[in-house]
Amino acid sequence: MYNFLTGPLAWISFLIFFIGILIRSSLYIKGLDSNIDRVTYRVNTSFGIKEAVRSIFFWLVPFLTSGWRTQPVMTILFFVFHISLLASTLFLKAHNMILQERWGFSIITIPDVVSDYLAIAVIVSAIILIIRRIKLPQVKILTKPSDYLIIVISIAPFLTGFLAFHQFGNYTFWMLTHIISGELLLIIIPFTKLSHSFLFFLARAQLGMDYGIKRGGMKRQKGMVW
Amino acid sequence: MTKNILCTSDPVNDKETLDVLLRDKRGQQYYDEMKRLEVDTAALQKRLKDTCKSRIRTWLEICTHCGMCADACAFYLSNDKDPKQVPSYKIQSTLGEIVKKKGNVNNAFMRNAMYVAWGQCTCCNRCTLYCPFGIDMGVLMSYLRGLLFSQGFVPWEMKIGSGMHRIFRAQMDVTVEDWVDTCEWMIEEWEDEWPDLKIPVDKKNADIMYTVNAREAKHYPDDIAEAAVLFGIAGENWTVPSEGWEETSLAMFAGDWEGARLQVKSVYDAMDRLKPKRMVVTECGHAYRATVIEGPYWAGLKSGKTPVETLHYVEWVAEALRSGRLKIDPAKKIKEPVTYHDSCNYIRNGGLSHIGREIMSYIAEDFREMTPNGDHNFCCGGGGGLNGIGRYRKERNIGQKVKRDQILATGAKLVITPCHNCWDAIRDLEETYKIGIRWSFLKPLLLDMVIVPEHMKPKEE
Repeated sequence: MYNFLTGPLAWISFLIFFIGILIRSSLYIKGLDSNIDRVTYRVNTSFGIKEAVRSIFFWLVPFLTSGWRTQPVMTILFFVFHISLLASTLFLKAHNMILQERWGFSIITIPDVVSDYLAIAVIVSAIILIIRRIKLPQVKILTKPSDYLIIVISIAPFLTGFLAFHQFGNYTFWMLTHIISGELLLIIIPFTKLSHSFLFFLARAQLGMDYGIKRGGMKRQKGMVW
Repeated sequence: MTKNILCTSDPVNDKETLDVLLRDKRGQQYYDEMKRLEVDTAALQKRLKDTCKSRIRTWLEICTHCGMCADACAFYLSNDKDPKQVPSYKIQSTLGEIVKKKGNVNNAFMRNAMYVAWGQCTCCNRCTLYCPFGIDMGVLMSYLRGLLFSQGFVPWEMKIGSGMHRIFRAQMDVTVEDWVDTCEWMIEEWEDEWPDLKIPVDKKNADIMYTVNAREAKHYPDDIAEAAVLFGIAGENWTVPSEGWEETSLAMFAGDWEGARLQVKSVYDAMDRLKPKRMVVTECGHAYRATVIEGPYWAGLKSGKTPVETLHYVEWVAEALRSGRLKIDPAKKIKEPVTYHDSCNYIRNGGLSHIGREIMSYIAEDFREMTPNGDHNFCCGGGGGLNGIGRYRKERNIGQKVKRDQILATGAKLVITPCHNCWDAIRDLEETYKIGIRWSFLKPLLLDMVIVPEHMKPKEE
């Protein structure tokens, strides 16, 4: 079971993940149309690229945009959730050991205790995000059952990983569910709302180009005030 | 079932149809007929297939329903944070459903979508700046309007407006003769005070081709005379075209992309005919957006730019003040507290926020900014055509509360707003809420404070 999950199934899920991202990104770019979108992507492109980079960068830094500043609680939640999620996955010692074993390379790692806190941060911030969905009328009206499901699927690997690491009850059970939920997450990312993880960059770049090339980018003094 | 006469999916292309529509008071029969207007789902499906591409589909798909757009919307805030006014909800419950159901929607759905698209959103694009993904709900709403227009679900006034553009190449029934006559009449009207006044029509190779809003020709002709005086004082070599003089686009507000194309084409043709060095657009926001920002795309110009460089009126004013061609008499500067309302269409969508501030630095001693302002300014409540739609007047008035409070917070009693729709909206805001403010375009204010060269002054008898 373990060998199957970490062998063929791991391969399949990573392939679906990467190829899915590649295909969806290519389709996105291929579907952009100067006439329909009313943006000359190929004329005055340099203005567009400059604003595209700004548009992405500003939203990646906490409190740099007006949007982040006007909603400080959401901003903290958002960044804690996303940074913890990425850091605890990518820099976990155990993950990097597997990388080293299988492919002979690894990236930087963080101490297990830090990963532990990050996993807790992911779970806690996700719970607050769920409460936010239930409590705030302006979020509740937008929320569909699938939004909750997506959050549950997204935090499942962290919860199970945390339980496995601390050997609550049956270690093997938690480890296997950790691997399965992680692989499930990888597989659904390209095809669900989780595709926002990579389409964020493309959509922001597109809007940046729109503002940079067409909507005042060549006249606005210091670029768009995001 | 009786056949619809006034409310059909066909655009208005002839004067006869237009007159029948105009006779229908407040669109009573029109809206009655709309209740039985059938949705051509096959046509809607085809339109989606042809025009709903990756940008729009992705926007609709990746919205994570975070609700961060809510507080960005003047209508959400003005309606006591009614969740139904959350921008994402407005677009997901209308366009989102149409796309999801592949066009299989019914009459009641389309009528509600019309209400949302014109009665709850002015396409001001402010929420776009507050969406982490940059989902442009103004663009989405405008796309939805296009779908609704193609099916005939469009407010009565918008249908008429689009028809006007198709027939007269103007948003009102102003013919080329009417326009040229108005220019001549204004010279006569103003010649006592301004003996040297000229409004050159169809002059070739001028430095500036000036184009206006049909309302100026029809209801506010003094605006044209004021522009002429200021061009004269600045010593500009300018002209107006006899054809292609109208900048506005109710067709754009209506979602009538063919009507919008015909309209801007008339202006670009005038550019080709008269070969001016530059064009200047009057103090109108959506007109600039339509003819300068979006128009080149409707007309299929690969450069994405107008055939000759185009300035909004505020850019011309700032340039004239900067270069000293217009000089302000320091004694006549505005002394009282004054604020400046940014028009979404040439600020957020045109990048001209700094120009307004530059002008204020020349003409006002106590300039007070609204908060927020510039690219983040709130809509006056009357954009996107909402000003002109009688059916949604109440919604418009409520939507103005945010602007009202913004103005009040500055303490200024004078609001400068170089945009026709904003000007109307702020006038109506005063009528509704009686907060004791005055409102003005730039031209009449400038006219009161510029230093007039000798040759422009009336000769002493």
